[in-house]
Amino acid sequence: MNLLGRYRIVLPVLSLALLLAATFWMQPRAMSYFGLNLLFNLAVPLALATCAQMMVMMVNDIDLSLGAFVSLVACVVATFVHDTPALGFAILVALILCYAALGALIHALDLPAIVVTLGMSFVWGGLALFILPSPGGASPDWLRSLMTVKPPLAPMAVIASVVIAAAGHLLIVRSGIGTVLRGVGGNARSVARAGWPLIRLKALAYGLAGLFGVLAGLALVGLTTSADANIALRYTLLSIAGVILGGGEFVGGRVSPVGAVIGALTLALAASFLSFLRLSPDWQIGAQGAILILVLTARLIFSRKGGVA
Amino acid sequence: MTVHHSAPIVILADAARHFGPVRALDGVSLSVSAGDCIGLVGHNGAGKSTLVNLINGGLSPSSGEIRFRNGANALQAGVRSVFQELSLCPNLTVAENLRISHAGLKGPGWRRRARAEISASLDEVFPGHGIDPDAEVDTLAIAERQMVEIAIGFAPRGGAARVVILDEPTSSLDSGIARQLLDHVKRFCAGGGAVIFISHMLGEVFEVATRIVVLKDGKVVSEKPRGGFTHQGLVDAMGHVAAETEASAQNVRDLGPEVVRTDLGVSARAGEIVGLSGLAGHGQAAALARLYLSRSSSWWALRNPEVVFVAGDRPRDGTLPLWSILRNISVSVLRQGAHWGMVDREAEAETAQLWRRRIGIRTDNVENPMLSLSGGNQQKVLFARALASSAPLVIMDDPMRGVDVGTKQDVYAMIRAEAARGRTFLWYSTETEEVCQCDRVFVFRNNKISAELTGEDITEEKILEASFELQEAT
Repeated sequence: MNLLGRYRIVLPVLSLALLLAATFWMQPRAMSYFGLNLLFNLAVPLALATCAQMMVMMVNDIDLSLGAFVSLVACVVATFVHDTPALGFAILVALILCYAALGALIHALDLPAIVVTLGMSFVWGGLALFILPSPGGASPDWLRSLMTVKPPLAPMAVIASVVIAAAGHLLIVRSGIGTVLRGVGGNARSVARAGWPLIRLKALAYGLAGLFGVLAGLALVGLTTSADANIALRYTLLSIAGVILGGGEFVGGRVSPVGAVIGALTLALAASFLSFLRLSPDWQIGAQGAILILVLTARLIFSRKGGVA
Repeated sequence: MTVHHSAPIVILADAARHFGPVRALDGVSLSVSAGDCIGLVGHNGAGKSTLVNLINGGLSPSSGEIRFRNGANALQAGVRSVFQELSLCPNLTVAENLRISHAGLKGPGWRRRARAEISASLDEVFPGHGIDPDAEVDTLAIAERQMVEIAIGFAPRGGAARVVILDEPTSSLDSGIARQLLDHVKRFCAGGGAVIFISHMLGEVFEVATRIVVLKDGKVVSEKPRGGFTHQGLVDAMGHVAAETEASAQNVRDLGPEVVRTDLGVSARAGEIVGLSGLAGHGQAAALARLYLSRSSSWWALRNPEVVFVAGDRPRDGTLPLWSILRNISVSVLRQGAHWGMVDREAEAETAQLWRRRIGIRTDNVENPMLSLSGGNQQKVLFARALASSAPLVIMDDPMRGVDVGTKQDVYAMIRAEAARGRTFLWYSTETEEVCQCDRVFVFRNNKISAELTGEDITEEKILEASFELQEAT
């Protein structure tokens, strides 16, 4: 069995390193404290959103409402959390509980998650427009200073990514409950037979997704200093792509938090790389898709080879 | 006789379980005490799985009751089951799989403890197993997964295993490993545990069981200590004693040339009805699926297909639930009446009407939705779909699941009539009565043919004999 077939994390790391090397070669000035921070700044909320998506994909579902949810959170943060912090945080907690309840509902009624979350995306989007009809609002000062902090040695974006990856790894891969949650994706029947209440596990997975979604919204407002009801709509598809790029799979409970963060970084970097190539923005989305397909093809080839060997 | 030194761990008092009109288990009384090793045998559909699911708490009884000595439910009472179909999480490691069934593994260092516990259990049951507790389950071979599952069943998991249910535990193990398991079962029972042992290898059952319970049609027909049975007596107890040989009065027909021969050795001649029998899950369905896929293209739907398939698992690969009965029938023959790629609606309706009459689908209008039909009539639609095509070879994968007796008789007549016209049928069935309709029967065991029966030899007794391994365990 080859290295790539056995350790799924190798390929995401390789693709990120390759892309990073290409970027530095195109634009050597990016190879600095400020350069790195600029490159990866916007990857932090995306990494958090990718982790949120990963929680849902871990239990064999998919969340199409994540982008709208992060936008709603951003709107709440830029208005309520800024003006009346107590009420603002209460709303954020309620949003997380909503997510958990959705997970329970999807399991209890055996509904397809893809439909429920697609429907919810309109609910979240509508609420966001209701709160913030036109772009505006302001970031709470503490959040602004947290997201623009300049730690020694490495820029904030890099440190934040490492922290998110480490926290996700501890929570999902190392902890007991994380193992059971991955078990739900792998073989839900056997988990249920062992006496676990599946409905609570699903609610927990969705609740965690809500939590990471809220964190993504917070990070996003901290960086952009204002919000808009459509600010994060792209995150829905980007987060799915991030999970897959990071070695995760749609079904089977095969997810990796470290991989998900790396996937998000790769996606953010791909956008910058394409700008450095002076590719017209019209083509960038397509080119990003091409990169995604390339990595997935590579993974398929390696895993096939690994399977045969 | 076995003397019960201690109070029973599990008692079933007249426990029954019905699924709709089907009486899967029809009043079973059984007690399992420390030191018991109960061999549970019975043919397909005798109610073995239902009984197991009642004992381990997967199902609750429709009537009667189940009592456990320690604790209110199976989990607390220390009842563990090892299932025939693998029930590990393939994405987790061996040690992590133990965590799934052992909620007490918590806090820092749980991985180390899980590794130690599963390794100890594996070492105890299968000395020299060579399985890494940190290996992901889907990198293990089937036999190794089965070993892990058995080891998890016997692992202490924060209490102690009191009753371990082993459902065909040796089916994917080689003889050396199976030997280790049988030895462990004996040690475990001698040490005060209890085991319910289900196997088609009667030699193994005779070796480890202290008592043998024979199930038939959801009832216990015989329960004796091991010495009370002979091999032949056990096979007889499982079968229907009444001979039904006249029912399958086969008139010898002129059969055409051989049209099928598979790598496993299944062969059929034109106009022949060939049965595939044996216990469920011994490779019959897979053999048929392979044959079907090798004779049909995944790219083109041929105008005159070589082979058609009648599915037994209707919801999974049979009915198109949103379509009308008409569409469900005609989907296989659309190409036959098509002009320039357009469906000839009149011909389509005519075909559906013709088959509705011929096969007796009970509906006043074939435009009705598929799901308005009962299960048996849905199955008739699937037969109509297959027979309406011109394919000379019809493959049937246990097509009579959940079909009532009247429909069965209709379909038997239909199949015989079609065979007389030169069509060949390959018919996998879990019910012996159906297999007795065939001209020739291949009995499967462990993905191989264990017997080929023809004519007079097709009896329930012979099929049972070939389905169960009669030799002593190695």
